[in-house]
Order: sequence, then structure tokens, then C-alpha cells
Amino acid sequence: MGTITADRHAVGAEDVAAQVLEMARRHGATAAEVDTSAAQGLSVTVRKGDVETVEHHRDKSLSVTVYFGTRCGSASTSDLRTDSLEEAVGAACAIARFTAEDPFNGLADPSLLAKDIPDLDLYHPWALTVDDAIALAARCEAAAFAVDARIVNSEGASVTTHESTDVYANSNGFIGSIRSTRHGISCAMIGEDEGGMQRDYEYTTSRVPGELMAPEMVGEAAARRTVRRLGGRQIKTCQAPVLYEAQAAKSLLSHLVSAVSGPSLYRRSSFLLDTLGQALFPAAIHIYEDPLLKRAMGSAPFDGEGVATARRDLVTGGVLGRYCLDSYAARKLNLVTTGNAGGVHNLTIEPGSEDLAGLLKKMGRGLFVTELIGFGINGVTGDYSRGAAGFWVEDGVPAYPVEEITIAGNLRDMYKGLVAVGRDVDTRHNTRTGSLLIERMTIAGR
Amino acid sequence: MASHSTQTDILRQAQEFLLVPAGLSSGDLETVMSRVAGHSIDYADLYFQYARHESWSLEEGQVKSGSRHTEQGVGVRAISGEKTGFAYSDDIVMPALLDAAAAARAIARSGNPGNQALSVHAGNGALALYEPHDPLVSLKEDEKVALLLKVEQEARRLDPRVRQVMASLGGSHETVLVMRHDGSLAADIRPLVRLNVTVIVEQDGRREHGSSGGGGRTDYSYFLTEERALGYAREAVRQALVNLEAVPAPAGTMQVVLGSGWPGILLHEAIGHGLEGDFNRKGTSAFANRLGERIASEGCTVVDDGTLAQRRGSLNIDDEGTPTQNTVLIENGILKGYMQDRLNARLMGVAPTGNGRRESYAHLPMPRMTNTYMLPGDKDPQEIIASVKKGLYAVNFGGGQVDITSGKFVFSASEAYLIENGRIGRPVKGATLIGNGPDVLTRVDMVGSDLALDTGVGTCGKDGQSVPVGVGQPTLRIDGLTVGGTEE
Repeated sequence: MGTITADRHAVGAEDVAAQVLEMARRHGATAAEVDTSAAQGLSVTVRKGDVETVEHHRDKSLSVTVYFGTRCGSASTSDLRTDSLEEAVGAACAIARFTAEDPFNGLADPSLLAKDIPDLDLYHPWALTVDDAIALAARCEAAAFAVDARIVNSEGASVTTHESTDVYANSNGFIGSIRSTRHGISCAMIGEDEGGMQRDYEYTTSRVPGELMAPEMVGEAAARRTVRRLGGRQIKTCQAPVLYEAQAAKSLLSHLVSAVSGPSLYRRSSFLLDTLGQALFPAAIHIYEDPLLKRAMGSAPFDGEGVATARRDLVTGGVLGRYCLDSYAARKLNLVTTGNAGGVHNLTIEPGSEDLAGLLKKMGRGLFVTELIGFGINGVTGDYSRGAAGFWVEDGVPAYPVEEITIAGNLRDMYKGLVAVGRDVDTRHNTRTGSLLIERMTIAGR
Repeated sequence: MASHSTQTDILRQAQEFLLVPAGLSSGDLETVMSRVAGHSIDYADLYFQYARHESWSLEEGQVKSGSRHTEQGVGVRAISGEKTGFAYSDDIVMPALLDAAAAARAIARSGNPGNQALSVHAGNGALALYEPHDPLVSLKEDEKVALLLKVEQEARRLDPRVRQVMASLGGSHETVLVMRHDGSLAADIRPLVRLNVTVIVEQDGRREHGSSGGGGRTDYSYFLTEERALGYAREAVRQALVNLEAVPAPAGTMQVVLGSGWPGILLHEAIGHGLEGDFNRKGTSAFANRLGERIASEGCTVVDDGTLAQRRGSLNIDDEGTPTQNTVLIENGILKGYMQDRLNARLMGVAPTGNGRRESYAHLPMPRMTNTYMLPGDKDPQEIIASVKKGLYAVNFGGGQVDITSGKFVFSASEAYLIENGRIGRPVKGATLIGNGPDVLTRVDMVGSDLALDTGVGTCGKDGQSVPVGVGQPTLRIDGLTVGGTEE
């Protein structure tokens, strides 16, 4: 059913990749690799009951890396006509004449490349017309406005559908393509009371249109999340336990991945340097990648250099079992690639037994964080300080909304102090976690 | 006027570059626009873009990678009331343009494509703030590599505790051509260069880092003059070594003195985003409907100025063809104006301010900042520091973020010191500072005479679109800002 993709480039993406590898060979490259993608989509926003934007997306791109022995150069282009591809390959080759010899450069070990590429059921196109999209978005926003009289304004409700074909090919004969879709409904609302305005949002996203939440549910959740923030205030500076809501908690796992990834390690710029085999978390914590999950947002049968992915543990019994490496970093560190060229896939922290209410009860008194702002993370030292909003919790129940505060600590202490993982897993993202309870952090406020 | 010939010349160059290879004539543009514009369409534009970017990076003493990126395309936008239809194509050819035109125009449900005659003509007023030359060819490839190696050697020469140096050199050359529904054409050719240095230092098992960099709308020779590139290396090493000595930062609300220059990110986050026209038209900003009100102390005058020569945030025209200007946002503490693109200006009944910007042809324009800064006051910076009994002196920052609806903003210090009894004390670890945009400037009670702009490193993100920006300010004292350290 290749013709469903109206974009003629999607059909020919594998051919284009093969053509570029051939150009590289003719330019004298000893090895080369190519990424190419073609994508299209529709995005519609309705605000205050009326259409605000209708955007038609159609993107294509190609990037090529060439190797001359151990020197390399890269180029990319959005123009896939033959002469532009020639120009890109020529530019990459020209760069490779000036880069330094680096014995760790090169393609992935051919024996590790994906042989059979499983179908992960990621492609479910949505025959969504502009009118249908507008109607869904309007239903979503109307449901949000109906929740509470204090919902006075809106940033709009959006419906999006997106499909892409991504191809990776290299001169060791690997060629793999992944067709995938991603659909979503989102809504951001504004609430107001005598204390001022607050904004919050909700979204649903899926590979499969039929698995999206109903637009009304998205709208109602966005409104409820907004209303509960009204009346937010500062609290006094203190130390307290902090419960990260699942949506905010995934950032804690991203910081972990970044610290155990190749470049942070070989540059010796990570706060988790030389921690392989060490207990970074309490013994109950289990973190793994699950790249072959059907229909999941982070699924991929091979990584960014064609290496077969597989379910792999990262942290077992609280102990860091491996790093996240591509072939280049692995060669530098005298290790083997972990299939993480381009990142992790469905990074998952095994859920505990408590739901969110159970975790709030377990915390008793402390801060429940629903939103983080800012970038105050020092990846070299692990020092952590970010803006936050959420709720002060007394007797296991949110007592009042809190804002204009920061939460601070050191990530190593925070990981050690990860006392509970919720079973309220947020599966909308490549990082899958429930809410996370950290034993103690410094909260700065009044 | 001297700039007039330049402007005509740039328009001709842009047409030759973007339209001629595609075989597009003025008549073709008129045909496309006549399919977009018409009854019930209030505004429409075509945005042609061609850009080349390159970057070279060094680590472990060698330039090991380099890359080149080329992008081109055309975006077609039609606006009817508050509704926008948008489509784009990365093929600049007539059939793709007509497809995009039909898709964008569908936003207007009634009425027919217009038949009114329009004729392509040059718009006016574009500025000449930078040379249109291609920075990518301003140094030979081996000279780019040599520049990065010199930066590396300087950093290592300065201190044996420097264990790792990462440096990158990047440049871009972009040609844009905007045609509005009235047939007017405007063009800009935009160079941009940047050099960044990060060092890792190590002492007794403790590691820290420091970063510095700069650039602007010029070519690579900028880094070779006044030893700028070496200066970035020295600054990165200095910061890293300071941070090796840092003690935990305090937590709580206290007096804060912000240094001049890049700490102006305060203005960008605390008030800049909140004064963008879209949020104020929609009433979603904490500053909505507050024109004429006091939102800062008497000594505060803040402008957004896209007309500074060669600055990273400057533009001859914005991405809707409007010449940039120096817009007064806050004058002596009073809110004077918002930053506008054409859509929001029209809906709010005011003039556009040259702030309509987009990341590329594949993105819709929005009101965005250019170079946002506070004008100097009359206080000696030393006197400001000496006036603080106990507080924080923050001189370097990483990024920031704002919730424009609640007004809460953060920015994260990467170099800060305690002030005790009017003297600068020990360096403290990085900490996030958080405040409330609508009242933080009312607590600015001392404004220094030392206005400085940043070195040209800012990139602003909004709705997933990144654009280069600048910030600046003199030394400021804020009587109460929450500091997110760990020491109670």
C-alpha cells in the first residue's frame, strides 16, 4: 500500500539512500552511511471554538557521513534532487579532507546489524480530513470550557497526524526502513481567579488513531489540571520529600541516560563516571530498555547505525549494569555498542505496587511536583536546581497549590533516595515511568 | 540614502538566487498569489528561503567532525480574520507552489480567489545592518580547523587542571525573499557565525566545567580580531576554575545583584515573552491589558532593538518583510508597548514592530524578540555590590524559561558568589533563580551605568521554533528574588 503515502519521495527513499552510497563510493569514500526520511502530516488548532491554524506538513531530508579511512565528514540536505545529493556528498567528502584521523571512527560491526527486521506495528495512517480534525479539536476544547466557570480562556486544542518513512543504509550492505505514524490530541487551558491566571494542559498520543483518548476526556483533564493550580503560592524554604508526577518524573531518567551515555563518559564530563557495577539506586529499582514493544512511542528494530536492538537491562537491583553506547563511544571505551546510537528506546523503570494516591499517602507530608521549568542541571557534578510548581501535601492529600519555588539537590543523592516508583505509568513517551518519590530535597521559597 | 542601493541589490540577488534557478518569473509569483489572496483573505505571503549551515567540532585536541547542512523551500500562508492556513514545500517549483497555495487558501471557506490585479514590486525600508557575504567562505577549511586548534591550545596552556576542551565553530548564510499579497517584495541575506568553547577541569577528583563563546551577523574574521576566540578560551577556563572552588548555594529569598551583559536573560524571560503580541491579543499573558501601567521601578527602561549592527538578534527585515526597529517596551517603569508581527498587530489595531520571525519556511511566523536590553542607570557597579549586606552576586547564566500565564520565570546561574557585608565572597554552585515577571522589575532598586550586551550566544525557543536573539543589561540590584540552592 505504498501509494497511501502521497509523497512520491517516501516510496523512493530506499533508492535515494542506495544512490547516495554509490555517489560516496565514486568520490573515493572507503565507507559511508545515509539517513533519509520523508514525512507528512496535518496539524489543526481550534481556539475559542474557531479554527486558528491549519498546517500542512511535508518534510524530507537526507544526511550522509563519509569515511576516508579513519577520517569523516557529514552533510545533509532537504533537497533530494540528484544534483543536490551530489553536492551534499561532495561537501561531506570535502570536510573529510580536513578532519583528523580518528581510529575509533567507522561503521558498526557488521555482525551486530539487524538481520531480520521485525514489524513493530508502528504504521497506522489516519485518513483525517481537515474538517474532521477541526471537529475533534472543537469537541476537545468545548469539553474543557464546560468543566468550570473559572476556565476563562484557552490556548486552543490541537489535533495532529503525522507519518514518516525513515531509512538507514550503510556501505556494509545494510538497509532498513521504518514506517511509522504518530497522532495526537492536545489542549491547553487558562483559568483565572482573584489570585491571577494559571495554565495547564493535557495530551494523548498514539501510533494508532483508535487508541487515542476521546477528545472530551483530554479537554476535561486539561481543565481540571488548570483549575487545581489556581491560588498557587510560595512556601517557606525547607527540606522535604518530593513526589514527581509521572509526566515530570521522566526527566530524572533522561538525566541518568545522559550521564551514562558515551560522549559524557569519554569526555569525562559525567557525574556518573566509572560507576559501572555500583549501586546508584536502592535495591528495588530496575530500569531497562524495551525497544521491540509493539506500537510504543520509542520502539525501533535497529538503532541509528543499524545495530539490532533488544530488551536490555540498564539498572538491576539498583546497580548500574551498563552504559548507553554507540559504536564510536564503545570503541573508545573498549566496550561493545549497546544499540544506543541515536538514544534509548522505551526506557522503562519497573513500576511499583502503589498508585498515585498510595504514593501521596506514603509521602504523608511533602511536595508533589506536577511541572518543572528551567534547565538547572550540571551534568558534570550532578548538581540539580529547577523551578517547580505543584502541591503541598499534608496527611497524604494535596492541601494547596504551590508555585514560584525551586527544588534542589544532587542527582546522585536523589537516585539513592528514590524510595518508591508508582504504577501510574505514563506511556506517552519514549521514557516510561510512574510517579517517583524522592526521600529529601531542598525547596527554596519565601 | 546609501542603504537604498544595497537594498535593491539584495532584492535582485535574492530573486536571482531563489527564483531564477527554479524558472519562476514575476508573472508566476503573481499567479500563485492570485490563487491565495482574494475575498475574505486579509493577508497572505510567500516566503522563499535558501540556507547553508556548517559546523566544525573539536575534542581531545583534534577536529574530528564537520558537517554541512543545506535547506531550501517556500512557505505559503493565508490569513482570514484570526484563522491561518499554512502549507510549504521543499521544492521551489511552480506545481508545488500552486499545491501549497490551494492548501493554505482553504482556510477561507467562502469567496473566490481574487481576480484583482497585483503586480510584483519592491517594498521599502529594509536596513543594512550587516554585509550579505557568505561567512562559510570567509576562511579556508584548514584555517577553520587551525582556529579551533588555537582555541584548544590556549585553554590547555592556561592551566594544567584543564583536562578536556570542546570547541565548535559554526556559520550560516541564509537568503530570504518575502512576497506579500499586495505584490510587495522584500529580501534579506543573513550571515551568522558562532564559536563556543567548553572546558572540563579536574582537581583532587573534583570535576567542573566552564563555557564561553560568541558571534554575530558577520564572518569568521570576527573571531580573529581582538583575540576574541582566545578570549572565549580564557573565559571558559576562568569560569571552570571558579566553579572548582564553589560551595553549595543558599536557598531562599534574598537580595540579588545581577552582573551586566548575558544576565539580561532576566529581561528576556521575566518580561520579554510576556510582552509578545500573540499572548497579549489572546489575553493569555500575565501582562495582558496592562499598557500604561507601572510594571517596573522608575529606573527601568527596556527596549527590543533589532537594528543593532552585526548583532546576533538583529535583522534588516523580519520574516514578514517589515524593517526591524527599536521598540520601547518599558519606559521609566511604565509598560509602553508589545512586540508585534503583522497578524497580531492587525488584530490589535496597532502597527507591526518588525518582530515577526520564523525558524524557517516550514514554520509559521510569530512575534519574537530580537535584541532585548535595559538602558543604563547612574550607579557605579561597585557601589551596588557594596550596598548589599547579605545576598547573591550572579554573573553568568545558562538557560531560562517562563510560564507566560502565571508570569513565573526561572534562569539558572552558572557563576555566582555570596555577597557579605558589601564584599564579594566565596563562589557558590549553580542555582536556579525563580521570580514573578510582573513584579520582579518593580523590585529593581539600583541600576548600574555599565550597560553591556551579551557576546552573541542566545537562542530562543517558542512553540518548538528556535531563533537567534540577543540580551543585555547593566548591573542591577533586585530587592528579593528566590535562589534555588541547597543550603537553608
